[in-house]
Amino acid sequence: MTEFIVNQWWLVAIVIASLIPLVMRIVSAGLLETLRTLDRRWIFLLLLWAVLIPIYFIGVTGRTFPEVPSVLARATFDEIDRLNPGDPILLAFDYDPPSEGELGPMATAFVYHAASKKLRMYFMALWPLGAQMIDNTIAKVITPDFRDLVYGRDYINLGFKSGQEGVIKVVVTNLRELYTTDSRGTAMQDIPMMEGITNIQQMKVIVSVSAGYPGTKEWVQYAVTPFPSLRLVAGATGVQAPLLYPYVPRQLPGLLGAIKGAAEYEKLVVDAYGGANADPKYLEALRRMGPQLVAHLLIITLIVVANVVFLIDRGRKR
Amino acid sequence: MKQTGPLLITAAGGFVLIVAYFIPFAQNWGELAAIWFDILAAVAFILGGGNLLKTHLKRISDRARGWGYSGVVVVSFLATLFVGLVKVGVNPSAQFPDFAWSGQYRQMGSAFWYLFQYAFTPLTATMFSLLAFYIASAAFRAFRAKNVEAVLLLGTAFIILLGRTFAGVALTSWIDPDVWAGFAYFTGLRLENLTVYIMSVFNTAGNRAIMIGIALGIVATSLKVLLGIDRSYLGKD
Repeated sequence: MTEFIVNQWWLVAIVIASLIPLVMRIVSAGLLETLRTLDRRWIFLLLLWAVLIPIYFIGVTGRTFPEVPSVLARATFDEIDRLNPGDPILLAFDYDPPSEGELGPMATAFVYHAASKKLRMYFMALWPLGAQMIDNTIAKVITPDFRDLVYGRDYINLGFKSGQEGVIKVVVTNLRELYTTDSRGTAMQDIPMMEGITNIQQMKVIVSVSAGYPGTKEWVQYAVTPFPSLRLVAGATGVQAPLLYPYVPRQLPGLLGAIKGAAEYEKLVVDAYGGANADPKYLEALRRMGPQLVAHLLIITLIVVANVVFLIDRGRKR
Repeated sequence: MKQTGPLLITAAGGFVLIVAYFIPFAQNWGELAAIWFDILAAVAFILGGGNLLKTHLKRISDRARGWGYSGVVVVSFLATLFVGLVKVGVNPSAQFPDFAWSGQYRQMGSAFWYLFQYAFTPLTATMFSLLAFYIASAAFRAFRAKNVEAVLLLGTAFIILLGRTFAGVALTSWIDPDVWAGFAYFTGLRLENLTVYIMSVFNTAGNRAIMIGIALGIVATSLKVLLGIDRSYLGKD
């Protein structure tokens, strides 16, 4: 840490310089008065530094915080890890770029795990931009690092279909009724890995990476509930995850909540399949825990400071 | 007839789906209804696009306040639609090399791909990221320990905020049976364990209660819709 501060003295200088006007105001108007009338732009600036400095620190040093996988992360990992090479797995990418920060690392880890296990991956999306998120993840993981995997034999992108939960209701009993081609326009009968696949009940596990509606909740309601033999694990945003806990563990054996869940799962996958020097792209969630830590500490500090001012003011009024 | 037709279609669709769920023989009927729904949802995209154009072109035509933004929407919409439909910069697919338009519209390197990667993705991600700044500001201004309920909420928020980061582990790592055997009874008080407890017990209990309430409400509302008692979804005309 000291070495970082010494080497990156210019960054420290910029941060200090940017906060000088605030310090001057505290000196001139007093701490309490400054806090009472604090312009929200100061809070924006503090949060900017709280996020930017850890990102830079981790980028320069490559150090991340140690992560201890939770029971749910381990359950998610085990659901996929128990499968045998060649087993079919459905990956539903129901999110779009605004949620990429939270869900991108999860999607990457899921695909890396499945590809390392040599599972047959069937990608689909209930969100219009989910198909692009699938393309991006394939380009990031499978194309550069799993060159032996062949499109149509080992993995396939079924693409987006409109109809929200209506799509789930159909594919759970009859996949071919809705999907006559893959997202590239190749007829189903010409795709080797579609041979014998008629519905998604044949999938050993369904992985839902979801940012809202339609997403994991709909997969639980329209796939797992009527067909309890289906196994579903999910990665969800921080906002959505609390709403999914009621389905754990019977309808949803594994759940990754937000970037924390992604980091825990990432650690399990990298420890098992990443080797000694894992590619940084497989450590994205672990790297993002740094900014999250500092931002959370800042928010706690702001709340505490604001409440101290509030209690002092209330005490004076009495 | 203007109302009777939609009412009958709604009732028939709803009852078919209910019957299909409970009677295995009728499962195919449900599938058929779901496929119709999927087709209608696809058509809704065209209606949505048409409505977007109509609304914003009217704003431009009326020179309504902020009409310039509507201009940006229309130009962006038409440009994206054009490059996607005519597949600008898309190479023919390997399967059909003689057909210029046989490639994917979102192929890497195509104009649509560039728009998605370098315009849409950063813009939407930026919009979402701005939330963090407003959350921090709102937390400073509004989160006050005014009464017991607010104190409980604050305490829970602190536990979750700390427990979802390494700070939770670092702050309470001393509650370790290796440090003192008696701590074996108190490991549940470690922040990371408290977070899991709050999420899986208090949060789950609250959410289940809300979900059951919502489900009962949906059943009641759905019945009213299916029986034609609630017609608000048909609009005023």
